[in-house]
Amino acid sequence: MLAHAIFFYFFSFIAIISAIMVTVSKNTVHSVFFLILDFISISCLFIMIGAEFLGMIMLIVYVGAVAVLFLFVVMMLNVAQQKNQWFKSSETSTHIPVGLIVSLIIFFELIIVIGGWKYKPDIIENFSDSLISNSTNTHTIGSVLYTEYIHLFQISGMILLVAMIGAIVLTFRKREGVKRQNYFSQISREKNQSVELVEVKSNEGVKIDV
Amino acid sequence: MEYIVLLFSEIYKILYVLIPVLVSVAMIVWLDRRIWAFVQKRRGPNVVGPFGLFQTLADALKYIFKEIIIPASSNKIIFILAPIVTMTLALVAWAVIPFSEDYVLADINVGILYIFAISSLGVYGIIMGGWASNSKYPFLGSIRSAAQMVSYEVSIGVIIINVLLCVGSLNLSDIVLAQEKIWFVIPLFPMFVIFFISSLAETNRPPFDLPEAEAELVAGYQTEYSGMMYAMFWLGEYANILLMCALGSILFLGGWLAPMDIPLFDIVPPPVWLILKILFLFVLFALIKAIVPRYRYDQLMRLGWKVFLPFSLIWVVLTSGYLLYFDLLPVY
Repeated sequence: MLAHAIFFYFFSFIAIISAIMVTVSKNTVHSVFFLILDFISISCLFIMIGAEFLGMIMLIVYVGAVAVLFLFVVMMLNVAQQKNQWFKSSETSTHIPVGLIVSLIIFFELIIVIGGWKYKPDIIENFSDSLISNSTNTHTIGSVLYTEYIHLFQISGMILLVAMIGAIVLTFRKREGVKRQNYFSQISREKNQSVELVEVKSNEGVKIDV
Repeated sequence: MEYIVLLFSEIYKILYVLIPVLVSVAMIVWLDRRIWAFVQKRRGPNVVGPFGLFQTLADALKYIFKEIIIPASSNKIIFILAPIVTMTLALVAWAVIPFSEDYVLADINVGILYIFAISSLGVYGIIMGGWASNSKYPFLGSIRSAAQMVSYEVSIGVIIINVLLCVGSLNLSDIVLAQEKIWFVIPLFPMFVIFFISSLAETNRPPFDLPEAEAELVAGYQTEYSGMMYAMFWLGEYANILLMCALGSILFLGGWLAPMDIPLFDIVPPPVWLILKILFLFVLFALIKAIVPRYRYDQLMRLGWKVFLPFSLIWVVLTSGYLLYFDLLPVY
């Protein structure tokens, strides 16, 4: 139990510190790296409470895919050297009230969730009637996700698909005057279409068709 | 006292896996260069030790004694962290590889997801190295490499789903034991081919070694690195290649299982079979390096997104449909 507690405090300490560092570090790329560290330590916490499937999916989706895109955007936009002046200049101070409102909403949501735990301790057992307790959590998640919650699951998938298509449509532009290589015509080129034997007369040369 | 004993026995077990991996990384670097040379009718490294076997050790010694140069305008912490991240991630994934039924360091329930997660983290070593160098070639190389690894991971993930449908478990030992009757390479042969090509791209091996295409990008993300830090990138890369070979042999070639269930094969200990399969896949890797020219970048992306991904997705539908129709779905 002691080792468990040590690891728990170790990971939660890193998670909190790196979450703070995400917001206060001056270099945006460093912020993204701290965000990655935060994701990793939170997935370690997931694994510690026995939810190894969630922990691994968190690593694969957030760290392996989402944070890579964050890094791409931050590196490509070259905002790395931008100084963090939110608390100094008066122009951009509209960030602070908006951020405060969002964080207050999240705080009250957390209070509601934890209050539910506190005053109705059997709330989890009521929800998890259908869960099989003796199988691994991967099987358990699979057995409810694709039966009871299939509609919610499919709807969230559709929302993601629509968002993806929307992002592609917004950024897609057809550029004129770009030479494109056609894969099939490149492969299906034959000798008689591309090579020609020409008799070259002396002092005249050949005219290559343009 | 109990903790200390536990700690030491765990460290002993970890070293029991890690040291063979590191030694075999050194050996396969030599093997890679030898095969490459033989295909091109050269001799390859044959001077240091018998058949040049100690060439890699000599190289490593050379790298250790070289000066580590950190560019003045680089981001120093991330610059130093990048090779460490690459090397560490390449080695930690070996924790779940089962060498035989009871010779596995961590027999976790989500072994295949763990390997997939770790290999998707591998891209960070490259991005960090490329960005922290603060120079054009490393940055372009790392952007290319990240895009390439992210794209091919998608198709590797879908291929893994194919195998998982046939197994019904995410545990690597279960995946091997499910192949006792027939190796998955036979029913899922197209998936094996796609997995092999994707793992070439995932490990930045030729013909997909665009991140370090020397004619365009000098050495890609490794350009600014020198001495031991360069060697760590290099060792991490080869450890990753070995890991992909091991994953391929576990997913498709039956892991530690013998090819046929006859008493003669039982004499050979199971880990030897796994090592032979890894070696077989690695020889294929090395041969492909020697005989296939490098891909163009748009061809690489087209292959990943427009060919491999739809094909493996269709194969998922086919596999699940087949298993459902003949009532073969593994139920736990």
